Amino acid sequence: MTEKTQPPQDTVSIQLDGTWVRVPKGTNVIEAAKRHGRFIPHYCYHPKLEIAGNCRMCLVEIGMPRLGPDRQPVRGADGMPEIAWIPRPQIGCATTVSDGMGVRTASPLVEECRRGVMEFLLINHPLDCPICDQAGECKLQEFSLEYGSAASRFIEQKVKKPKHVDIGKNILLDDERCILCSRCIRFARDIAKEDVLGFTQRGSQTTLSIHPGRRFDSNYSLNAADICPVGALTSKDFRFKMRVWFLKETNAICTSCGTGCNIVIGSREGAVHRLTPRENDAVNQCWMCDHGRLNFHHLHAPDRIKAPTCRLNGHALVAEWPDALSQLSRMLGNLAPDEIAILASSKMTNEELFLLSLLRDRLGGDSVPCDVLPRRQEADHLLVCDDGNPNSTGARLLGISSDGKRLPDVIKAIESGRTKAVLAISEDLADAGITQPTIARIPTLATIAILPNATTSEARFVLPGAGFAEKRGSMINVKGRIQRLNRATPPPANARDDWQILTDLLALLDAPHFPHIDAVFAAMAARHPALAGLTLAGIGDLGQQLARK
Amino acid sequence: MPIKEKRLILQHADEPGYAPDIACYRRHGGYAELKKALGTPPDSILAEVKASGLRGRGGAGFSCGLKWSFIPKNNAKPVYLICNADESEPGTFKDRQIIHKDPHQLLEGMIITAYAIGAHLAYIYIRGEFPEGARILERALAEAKRDGFLGKSILGSGFDLDVFVHRGAGAYICGEETGLIESLEGKRPYPRIKPPYFPAVLGLYMCPTVVNNVETLCNVKHIVRMGGAAYAALGRPNNTGTRILCVSGDVARPGYFESEIGTITMGQLIHDVCGGIRDGNRLKAVIPGGSSAKVLRAGDTYAIRRRKPDGSTETISVALEDIPLDFDSLADAGSMAGSGGIIVMDHTRDMVEALANINEFYAHESCGQCTPCREGSLWMKKVTARMTRGDGRPSDPDLLASIANSIAGRTVCAFGEACAWPTQSFVDKFRDEFEAKAAPAKEVPRAA
Repeated sequence: MTEKTQPPQDTVSIQLDGTWVRVPKGTNVIEAAKRHGRFIPHYCYHPKLEIAGNCRMCLVEIGMPRLGPDRQPVRGADGMPEIAWIPRPQIGCATTVSDGMGVRTASPLVEECRRGVMEFLLINHPLDCPICDQAGECKLQEFSLEYGSAASRFIEQKVKKPKHVDIGKNILLDDERCILCSRCIRFARDIAKEDVLGFTQRGSQTTLSIHPGRRFDSNYSLNAADICPVGALTSKDFRFKMRVWFLKETNAICTSCGTGCNIVIGSREGAVHRLTPRENDAVNQCWMCDHGRLNFHHLHAPDRIKAPTCRLNGHALVAEWPDALSQLSRMLGNLAPDEIAILASSKMTNEELFLLSLLRDRLGGDSVPCDVLPRRQEADHLLVCDDGNPNSTGARLLGISSDGKRLPDVIKAIESGRTKAVLAISEDLADAGITQPTIARIPTLATIAILPNATTSEARFVLPGAGFAEKRGSMINVKGRIQRLNRATPPPANARDDWQILTDLLALLDAPHFPHIDAVFAAMAARHPALAGLTLAGIGDLGQQLARK
Repeated sequence: MPIKEKRLILQHADEPGYAPDIACYRRHGGYAELKKALGTPPDSILAEVKASGLRGRGGAGFSCGLKWSFIPKNNAKPVYLICNADESEPGTFKDRQIIHKDPHQLLEGMIITAYAIGAHLAYIYIRGEFPEGARILERALAEAKRDGFLGKSILGSGFDLDVFVHRGAGAYICGEETGLIESLEGKRPYPRIKPPYFPAVLGLYMCPTVVNNVETLCNVKHIVRMGGAAYAALGRPNNTGTRILCVSGDVARPGYFESEIGTITMGQLIHDVCGGIRDGNRLKAVIPGGSSAKVLRAGDTYAIRRRKPDGSTETISVALEDIPLDFDSLADAGSMAGSGGIIVMDHTRDMVEALANINEFYAHESCGQCTPCREGSLWMKKVTARMTRGDGRPSDPDLLASIANSIAGRTVCAFGEACAWPTQSFVDKFRDEFEAKAAPAKEVPRAA
C-alpha cells in the first residue's frame, strides 16, 4: 500500500471514475459518489425510503478487483487493484460499496443507459410542462436537460391514463405524468403508515391508484408530493398558485408544535406561498406534517391587524407607534408590581421572551404574576409532538413560563379586579378562560397580536406584531435544540417585529434596550448559561443542541 | 430414418392405461426412489445432483446442484422449496404433460428435493390457465398424504413435509422466480432486484428458497435412481440427461419429444421426428427455446464449438439444420435452448407479422415495474403493429433495434432480454423484410 497511515476501519477504498477515494462502508454507490462530487441521476431512489431499483436511471458500470491465480487481487503499477468490469450496468442505489470496487459514472455505456431511460420515460409523458406545477423543480426536466435528447423518435399514440384524480384532502394525482417510481407508495406504507397507494394494471398501462374506498388523508400526505420527482402528485393548496422559480426561499422552522420541523418558506413580493420541509436528521429527517405546512394562510387574512390602535371612549383609533408606546409606558411606569399581570406565550421567540423578562424586571420582577398558556395535545407516530407550543423550552429557560403553574395566579389577579394593567403578549385572554366581561373591565389592557380576538376587541392598546414568517429569532424545541426563524416577508403595513415593540417599550421605561436583534441574543446568552457561547448567527440553519441540564 | 426417443421423464406418461393416480404410479415402481433417498443423508443427494450435471429446464439452464448449494451453510431460518409450474413461455407445453399425466413423479421429485435442501414446506406455483392441472395436483397431494408420502415423519423417516398448490392469476412474469415469490407472498409479482434478493438467501418471506422447474424436479428422482454419474452419461458433457422438446409451428407433426440432450440436430427433429415442414413448404426460421429466444434463420451458417474425442474443443461452421439441440450449441449459435419450446416457421411466414405477434405478447406481459421494459416493450409493439398496417417508415428497422438495445441488460429481471431478443434477432436476421415493410407508402393520388 502506498498509504502511510492505516485507513480507518469503517471506510473502504473504491475507484471512482479513475480516482481512488475512501468512502464509508455500507453506503450505496449513489451516496458514495455524491461525497466525492459525482452526481448519479436517479428517480426512484430516496435516501429515507426502501430501495426499489425500478427507474434504472442510476445504472453505472461496476467492477470488482481482478483476482490472480492465488485468489488475491492483481495490483497495477500504482499498487491499487486492477478492476474487472462487469459487462452489464448495475444500479447504483442497490449496490453497496466494497473494498477495491470500481465505479464509472460517466462512461459511454452509462451515458447511453441514461439517454435510453430518459427517452422511455418521456414517450408516454404528456409533456405539459407549461401548465405543470412541478415545472422548475422537476427531475424529468432537469435530467432531460442533462442527459436527454432534444428530438423525439416517438410517433405512436401515447398511453391515456386518469388525470386530476382526487386521492386525498390535500393532494391530487395526475397519472399521465407519473413515472411509476413508487416513492409515494413506499412513503405512504413505511413513513406515513397508511398503506393506501399502489399500482393497478400492468406494463405501460400501470397506474398509480388509491385503494378502493380509501383516501390518502394522512397528516403527512403532502410529503408524497414533495418526493414525487415529477408533477404527478400536487398540493391542492399550492397548485396553479405560483411558478416555483419566482419563489424566494428562506430557511426557517415550523412553529405549529414543539418539534420545530426545519422548513423552507417560499415567498414572493411579501406573500408566503408555501412551506416545504428542509432536511435535518436531528429533527424531522425531510418530512413535515400537513397541518404545519398549511398553517400560514392566516398571515394573509383580510382582517390581519396592520396598525396600532388606542381605545378612547370605546372607540379603537388608529395611533402612531410613538404615541401608543409612550402612553402605554407612562401607564405601566406608574403602577405597583401587584397591579400588573402578564399573560405571555410559548409561541414567542427567545428574544421576545427575554425582552419581556427585562420588562417584567423593570415593572416589579417576580411580584408581577406572569405565565404562559400551555397547549397539550396528542402526539403522533412521526413528528407531531404533545406540546402545541413551539418554544415551551425557551419560555421556561427565560423565566417567563412556569408551564402554566402560575397561570391561576395570573387569572385570579385579573378576575379579582386588583390589576390595573394586563399585558397579553401573543395570547388571547379568552383562551385562558377569562370571560369577555372580565376582559372588558381591565382598566389598561395591552396586547401584541396579529389577528383580532376577544382581547384585541377590548384592549386599550392593540400593537400589531409579526407572524412566524416575518421575524428573525430563535426557539428551543422540546428536545432542547435551539433553532432559528428567518424573515421571509416583512410584517404587513404598519405592523412591527415584536422584539422591536418590546425594546422600544423598554427604552421608554429607561430599561436596557437594544439596537438590533443580534444584540438582544448576545445579552440573553450572557445572562443564561445554557446559551453561553452562542450567537444568533452562529446557531446556523440546522440549529444547535443545548447541553442537557 | 426414424429417430428413437429416450423417455425418462415421460417414460410412462403416454402408455395405454397409465393413469395419474397413486395406485398406478406405485404399480410402476413409484416412490421407491423416495424410500431410497430418505435412507441416505441429504448431503449425499446434493452430491449426486451435482455429479449429474443437471441443468434447469425452465429456461436459464442454470446448474441445479449449484443452485441448491447457495443456501447458506449456517442458515437458521426455514427453507422453502417452490416448484415453478407457471409454464408460460409461448411454444412450451412440456410441464403440462407431466402434471396431467404423471403428477406423482413430480411430487416424488419434490419430496426428495425438499429432503435434500432441508425444506419442510413446499409450494407448487401453477399458472392460472391450468385449472385441470391444479385439480390433478390437488388429488395427487391428497393421495400422497393418505399413503404417508407427505405430512409428519414421511415413511417413518422423521422428515416432515407439506406441499401446497398455489394458482397464479394469469401473468407471464410469475414464472420469473422472484416475481413468483412475490406473488406467492400475496403481492404484485414484481421481480426483485438481485442483489440483494437472491432466492437461495432471501427468498420466500426472506428465507432461503429453492425454485425449480417441474421437469427439473422430476429429473431429481431419476438421478437418485440412476446415480449422478450414470445420469451424467446421458446426453453430452455439460448438457446431461434428457430433455422434453416441444415443437410447434409449420411442421407436419407438431408435438413433444424426449431425447438425450444434444444427440439429435435441429434438422433431425424437424424432418425425422416431426415429419418435415408442412405442405411441402421450405424451412425459413426456427425459434429454438420459447418465443423469447433469438430466431435462427435457415440458410445462415452458425459457428458452434464441438468437443473432439481428446476432450479439446474445435469451432465448426454448421447450417441451422445441423445444430445439435443442447444448451451450449444453441448458445454458441447465438440463441438459447431456453424452455425447450421450438417454434418452426416456413417460407410463407411474414417475419414482421411474426415479430408483431411476439411483441404484442411481451407488451401485454411486461409487469411494468422498471422503465426500459415497461416503456420499451409497448413501443416496440406499436412500431411493429404500425408496420403491419402498411404505415412503416424507413427509420423503423433501426428504431426497433435501438429500442431493444436500450432494454436488454438494463432491467430488473430477464424479461428485458425476453422482450428485446426477438426484436434484435428478427430485425438483424430478416432486415430485408423489415426494410420492405418500412419503405415509404406509395404516393396516393390526391383528389382534386
